[in-house]
Amino acid sequence: MRTVVIQPVFEAWRESARELLALRVPPSEVLWADDAQEPALFGPSNETLPRVAVPNVPSAFLDMARSVAAHTDARRWSVLYRVLWRLTHGDERHLLAISTDPDMRQVQQWCKAIGRDIHKMHAFVRFRLVGNDAITGREQFVAWFEPEYRIVRLAAGFFEKRFAGMDWSILTPHECVHWDGSAIHFTLGVSRSAAPDDDALDDLWRTYYRSIFNPARLKVRAMQAEMPKKYWKNLPEASLITELIAESGGRVEKMLTTDLRPAKPAPKNAYLDSLRKMNALDSPSLPPTQEP
Amino acid sequence: MELQQKLEILADAAKYDASCASSGAARKDSRGGKGVGSTGGAGICHSYAPDGRCISLLKVLLTNACLYDCHYCINRRSSNVQRARFTPDEVVQLTLDFYKRNYIEGLFLSSGIIRSADYTMELVIDVARKLREEHHFRGYIHLKTIPEASPSLIELAGRYADRISINIELPTQEGLTKLAPEKNLARTQDAMGHIRNKIDERHADKRKPDAPKPPPFATGQSTQMIVGADDSTDAVILRRADVLYGDYHLRRVYYSGFSPIPEPSLLLPIKAPPLVREHRLYQADWLLRFYGFRVDEITTDASPNLDLHLDPKLAWALRNRAVFPADVNKASRESLLRVPGLGVRNVNRILSARRYTRLRLADLLRLRVPMKKVMPFIIAADHNPARLGLDDEALRARFLPPPRQTELDFDASMAVPSDIDSARTGQM
Repeated sequence: MRTVVIQPVFEAWRESARELLALRVPPSEVLWADDAQEPALFGPSNETLPRVAVPNVPSAFLDMARSVAAHTDARRWSVLYRVLWRLTHGDERHLLAISTDPDMRQVQQWCKAIGRDIHKMHAFVRFRLVGNDAITGREQFVAWFEPEYRIVRLAAGFFEKRFAGMDWSILTPHECVHWDGSAIHFTLGVSRSAAPDDDALDDLWRTYYRSIFNPARLKVRAMQAEMPKKYWKNLPEASLITELIAESGGRVEKMLTTDLRPAKPAPKNAYLDSLRKMNALDSPSLPPTQEP
Repeated sequence: MELQQKLEILADAAKYDASCASSGAARKDSRGGKGVGSTGGAGICHSYAPDGRCISLLKVLLTNACLYDCHYCINRRSSNVQRARFTPDEVVQLTLDFYKRNYIEGLFLSSGIIRSADYTMELVIDVARKLREEHHFRGYIHLKTIPEASPSLIELAGRYADRISINIELPTQEGLTKLAPEKNLARTQDAMGHIRNKIDERHADKRKPDAPKPPPFATGQSTQMIVGADDSTDAVILRRADVLYGDYHLRRVYYSGFSPIPEPSLLLPIKAPPLVREHRLYQADWLLRFYGFRVDEITTDASPNLDLHLDPKLAWALRNRAVFPADVNKASRESLLRVPGLGVRNVNRILSARRYTRLRLADLLRLRVPMKKVMPFIIAADHNPARLGLDDEALRARFLPPPRQTELDFDASMAVPSDIDSARTGQM
């Protein structure tokens, strides 16, 4: 049994996994451990085992592994290595096609959690305008976000494509990402106090949120399934949720007790006249109603 | 009038339109350009309101003044609602400001009809043109169009928009004549046919290599039908939807339960919105589009409305016990798609996995298949439902919710929790 200590990033795992694979070390003989500080350690380094060429693995597996690496479950490195071993030395080249396999299922569930976290970051980041660049005049925006996993690098490409025309930074506790119009770069995580609290547009956005809500269709659980409470503290519109729910019953009651409005006569209008003429012409040619 | 007050009125005026999609656009982004914006992936829901609906676009009317008198609509000319009108520049600025803060995927612009169809369309198009040409905006734009507008204006709208739509509103001309006297079903479908041709022309896979490329055009069109305003049955609604998907290639038909409005019409008294019915229609819609069901299989002549207690696939399976059980290790894709509780994704996983392994119940459990629902309808390596010994009546009883008092219920609590997600998307 050997213990492999790696930095908790995909590249570190891949490097160690290739080394172990070349030495034909089966998954049952490896314990994986995270260590953000230490470079990769291989336990006893005086290897006497014969090395073999590392077989190719499907690129779909590397994509999955890159995603799983962003998860925080301590078992992920060993499960990934076991899948890798089975794909290569285990003669199970078709393993990726078997979603019912316990290891594959686990990997897919981690991927799904990461995918969801990335998606929620794309959805719930809220940029705040902080000024204009003194030289280029470009608008500069800063956002604060708290992802569940270490997904900043996986999520960054989307923001680069979408917001190329402005300067922006997204600050998170793990890692920050910045765009200046020419390149993306990453810096260490910061605390929330480094980010601005609000934006001049937040009030207008809240006005929109309040007005687009239909009080006659209250479905609070459906909202929370997609926008769990943990995100609310960083969403400017979420401060309205409690009062919108509380008011909804009264607003509906008021609609239900409002006097019904009679139809007003049509105004004189050439366009309405033309519609009426067309309707008179069209109706005879209509197909019969399709009542079953 | 202050911008904030206009936004309040003109967003409120737009909220009864159920369409929210921001997916399916051609791939484009802002790299190398002067503005912001990208489309082409799956759409993103940037927020959710307490009505459970996603907020992905700035959905507003240019004006809520309207010549028409559609009795289900808050903006009809007989309504006493306060009127407002955005200038095109106000909508442009709001869209850009909201977009840059990542509040939205783009703009969904509609309008009350003022002066004439063409006049109104020109105003709407002007907003889209400014966004695209003056501000290099590459985000999502959905424009509502008017069937009676000139074809040249619809072509122009399609040039700037990712999606265009015309709301059919009701599935029959009788319903329209009564509740929306200015609207006409035949003209609406004619306009949809014209839009379909434009979409096909632009996005044809096999264009002759030397043929000139037609101008840009939206990648899809959608529509909405209001449910519960007229007395159309679900069979009538679904048949209309089937025609729209089949003959006009619509991307989506949205179903919008008729919901109380603050300005109710004498011709159409308001009531609780039929949320469960709306949910069942979305499920039936999914069966049409992704599960290989024909429209005449979903309802029967004897009961032209969907069962509110059972999802339409389960209801179909109970009516057609003879075609089950399906063997998960052998049955065709088409047969597996008809098993209650098996979704498209899990059917794909089953088909892929069974090439290498014999599937047992534990495998299905690992895929998070709802076992109680599925087991009476399948055979697995270690399972045959014959021993469950359920006749038709006993089986149906197993799936019915416990008896409860029916009442006007704004929470739609007849839907079970697992229905909630699918209520939103229609996906089962």
